[in-house]
Amino acid sequence: MERSSSTLLNSVLFFGIAVLYLPILVLIAFSFNASPLVNVWGGFSTAWYGQLLHNRQLLEAALLSLEVAVAASSGAVVLGTLAATALVRFARFPGRLLLTGMVNAPLVMPEIITGITQLLLFVSMVQLLGWPHRGFTTIVISHVTFCTAYVTITVQARLASADRSLEEAAMDLGASPTRAFLEITLPIIAPAIISSWLLCFTLSLDDLVISSFVAGPGASTLPMVIYSKVKLGVSPDINALASLIVCVVGACIVSAGYLMARSDRRRALETQLAGR
Amino acid sequence: MRTTWRPGRWLIILPPLLFLLVFFLIPFAFAFKISFAETAPRVPPFTDVISFTRDHHLHLAVSLGNYRYLLTDEVYGVAYLYSLRTAFFSTLICLALGYPMAYAIARAPKSAQGLLLLVIMLPFWTSFLLRVYALEGIIRDNGFLNALLLRLGLITHPLHIMRTSVAVYLGIIYSYLPFMVLPLFATLEKLDRTLLEAAADLGSTPTRAFLDITVPLSIPGVIAGSMLVFIPAVGEFVIPSLLGGPNNLMIGRVLWDEFFGNHDWPVASAVAIAFLLLLVGPIAIYQYYNVRQLES
Repeated sequence: MERSSSTLLNSVLFFGIAVLYLPILVLIAFSFNASPLVNVWGGFSTAWYGQLLHNRQLLEAALLSLEVAVAASSGAVVLGTLAATALVRFARFPGRLLLTGMVNAPLVMPEIITGITQLLLFVSMVQLLGWPHRGFTTIVISHVTFCTAYVTITVQARLASADRSLEEAAMDLGASPTRAFLEITLPIIAPAIISSWLLCFTLSLDDLVISSFVAGPGASTLPMVIYSKVKLGVSPDINALASLIVCVVGACIVSAGYLMARSDRRRALETQLAGR
Repeated sequence: MRTTWRPGRWLIILPPLLFLLVFFLIPFAFAFKISFAETAPRVPPFTDVISFTRDHHLHLAVSLGNYRYLLTDEVYGVAYLYSLRTAFFSTLICLALGYPMAYAIARAPKSAQGLLLLVIMLPFWTSFLLRVYALEGIIRDNGFLNALLLRLGLITHPLHIMRTSVAVYLGIIYSYLPFMVLPLFATLEKLDRTLLEAAADLGSTPTRAFLDITVPLSIPGVIAGSMLVFIPAVGEFVIPSLLGGPNNLMIGRVLWDEFFGNHDWPVASAVAIAFLLLLVGPIAIYQYYNVRQLES
């Protein structure tokens, strides 16, 4: 009974994982297809990758997306770390419930609603204040909004489990709270901050719906260009581009996971040593 | 560990609080306002709801026309119901597939758990748009699945999946499965094994112990996972747009077409507000369980 049930469980697990990975693997395989027909294998070729380098529209969109992703994840890391610090360290302050709600809601809010509401805000702000004009700035602001939520959740978890006695010891020895935070706590939560930066980078690079609303007529991010091409059907050069993006994003995620796991292990070891 | 309140703390609290207030919460007020406007041939393309006359009197021009339109034009009701139904059944299927997966990971040796979680996480973060596109490569009429089934002799004609409800279901399940597995794993991992041992000692069969102990204790994870799948799935745009046919009108797609196709910003705002009202319940449930889980 016990054995057969765990065989069943493991087969469901592997079926699920296969379902998650099969499409991506097929996509990568066909990006090396020499034939322009998407269903016929015409031999191995990297021609489609070479073609990407000559597509100006794609290159410009990729550059814009990278700039947005760097700016948005950096902004989100600062705001998210502040929010996590406030939520973990200050038990009571006016607006605490509001902050908790606003940090969690973007995670489940359908993107299409966030997109349209933010666009309407930007348009109204331009009418009233003359700022911000749609394009790079508005895309970055929107991405910071949903990325902040992810940073806060990640850093919050790490901060809540961090040992406060070191920071208190530093303050007993005369360090100001700011200095104690910067020199003791910040290094402890650094892996969480770096890995959430990487996660935000991938989220921002990937966003289609919100960007489409707030980008305005002049600016197109990479997903917006890809979407308009994909609407026309499967094509080999998009396969190549998609494979490249999936590999870059995959590398980001694996390094984020590695950073978190390594710091977890080190901390477990330290606790073990301290206990003896 | 009581610490005195220092005004310097506002330097930490205010930046994220104000940023999210201005760029996340307040936008809903603007959408609410503009849902009472009318389209107008100007920039931005709608009339002023609140304006001041020359002698500084407040002037309100509230139009309920957009909401009346939502109630009278069938498309909206049909799209809302279709979205709810699709999201509901996709969530159930994700739960049926995700629960055993999460359970298997929770029972795996600790050394394998990290790797398995990473394997589940990777698609969770990988480009959503590209994954939907990759799925199209599998389920197209001349795609991988049909080629495989034809080769195996299981079918004689290719299955027609693209542009049907089945494609939309497959797309949602494929895209959102990791959202279900992760919170389920989080609760199943914390489960106290000694409870199961105690049940076994008292003569309960493994199935019985699973139903009486594991299932009830994993309810918070079931709810968190279901909400994480259900809520975004109701508002899904990319999947029905790329995989669905003209009949698979989900509300996200209707809103998109109203906005980008018809350039009717006030009606699009009204659709968004009505949609949001529909989601208040599920989001409140999610927040409630989320806060409780963080506190425990």
